[in-house]
Amino acid sequence: MHKLMWWQKSLVGVAIGTLLFLYIPVAILILFSFNDSPVTSFPLSGFTLDWYRKVFANAALLQSLVNSLIVALSATALTIVIGVPAALALDRFEFIGKRLFTNTILLPLSLPGIVTGIAMLNFYKQIGLPQSLGAVIIGHATALVGIVITQVLARMEKLNRNLAEASSDLGATQVETFFHVIFPNIRSAIIGSALLCFTLSFDEIPVTYFLTGRDITLPMYIYSTLRRGITPEINAIGALIVLVSLALILSSVTMLREKK
Amino acid sequence: MKARTRQRLSFWLLFSLPLAWTVLFLILPYLSMGMMSFWTRKFPLFVPDFQFGNYIQLFSDPQYSAVIFRTMKIAALVTAYSVALGYPLAYFLVFTIRSEKLRTLLYMCVVVPLWVSYLLRAYTWKIILGTDGALNSALLWLGIIDQPLDIFLYNQAAMVITLTYIFIPFMVMPIFTALERIPSNLIEASQDLGAGPFETFLRVILPLSTAGIVAGATMTFCLSFGDFVAPVLVGGPSGTMVATVLQSQFGAALNWPLGSALAAIIFALVLVVLQVSSKIDRAGRVSMG
Repeated sequence: MHKLMWWQKSLVGVAIGTLLFLYIPVAILILFSFNDSPVTSFPLSGFTLDWYRKVFANAALLQSLVNSLIVALSATALTIVIGVPAALALDRFEFIGKRLFTNTILLPLSLPGIVTGIAMLNFYKQIGLPQSLGAVIIGHATALVGIVITQVLARMEKLNRNLAEASSDLGATQVETFFHVIFPNIRSAIIGSALLCFTLSFDEIPVTYFLTGRDITLPMYIYSTLRRGITPEINAIGALIVLVSLALILSSVTMLREKK
Repeated sequence: MKARTRQRLSFWLLFSLPLAWTVLFLILPYLSMGMMSFWTRKFPLFVPDFQFGNYIQLFSDPQYSAVIFRTMKIAALVTAYSVALGYPLAYFLVFTIRSEKLRTLLYMCVVVPLWVSYLLRAYTWKIILGTDGALNSALLWLGIIDQPLDIFLYNQAAMVITLTYIFIPFMVMPIFTALERIPSNLIEASQDLGAGPFETFLRVILPLSTAGIVAGATMTFCLSFGDFVAPVLVGGPSGTMVATVLQSQFGAALNWPLGSALAAIIFALVLVVLQVSSKIDRAGRVSMG
């Protein structure tokens, strides 16, 4: 390998600095979740698991965690029920407004969540859908279904069309063809995008903020606690969330990566 | 004929639920928001109407236009810093790292934070930059300062840092993909023809990765423009962003028509940015042949 030029050296420096920049804050969060002091100051004063104990003894927090799980699980299930048939239809049929449909379904992913949240609040009230966890579930499913559709569609496009034709030539019905030929090929894309939707829904604030009633989700709980001030308890929840989302995202990436 | 009817039937079996769902829960809400932006507020009610008063108020009242411009400025700064940090990182991963395995691992390290709670990533900067936060106390402890400084938190710089931190992965991903796609024989050809590494970078690599930069910049700009969390956590009064104003119109200020008009402006702005970026992207592809 030839000698690095000055600009290549500084490039490597910036790159490594940026990687550190991405991880130091998370490390600080985890570090202070074990620190025996109510303020997040150096030097560290001692090791404690108290903040974790407080998390598990906090009823309001645990309730919000349960609410979050309900919302994320239901919203994810809905995105699959709506998204997979939509992807199949987009793959197999040509129709007017196809591009418009795909672009519209992706809008909530590039628009600031607050705009989508306000639009939903406004309209759902008019059609008599009260602010509730149910409304949040519908809102999340609607905003995230684009992920399932695009991921499954991308996988379908790579699928050899002759397979489905061969299957129907051999006398399989469309339903049989779906379950025996298509589904096994798109299963990992479905699971991967479902994990992604779950993570995003679990973490979502703007849409939830406008659509929820009295019941709040975990991010809403953290958000309202933070507005009042900092407690190291939040560091402990944070460390736990980092751990869980790491596990989820690693499995999701493994699923979404194509088999070589 | 029969086959055609069956085709049509299976199309509607598949597509009717997604279509109905999207129209009812997504398209109609956006449209009704657009309609409400022309309504009038007659306290405590909102009256259906068709007048441009809300838009005129947003553009003429300096209080609102100042916030819109400040938000654009912050989003532009965040985008610029994300490119400045994200591009070298992507370049480093693609061209400096030789081992395939290490490259994949480091790439994963860049992407993973994207999926670790957004709220928490913003919050970490509050505990770092606060008056008794990690940065101040570390500086005190090391004897660099002898009193905690309050210059770190609750200002625009804090917001730019926090948002840049949040959006760097969005920038690295598309640039990485673009750089990876550059055929290595193009780079070799450039070197064989006598171009130095810097010239090769400027005339081959950079132009071929523009699409990635544009894609990342679009995403970063749009999402940081409408950010909801950072202004509240680290922004302070001078860091009020459009989302903060929007939120208050639907909360304390209770003026939904005005809020809808502001949301419609953000909506239109994002559409314009998306449109422009897809134009640039297409133009880039054509010139590549």
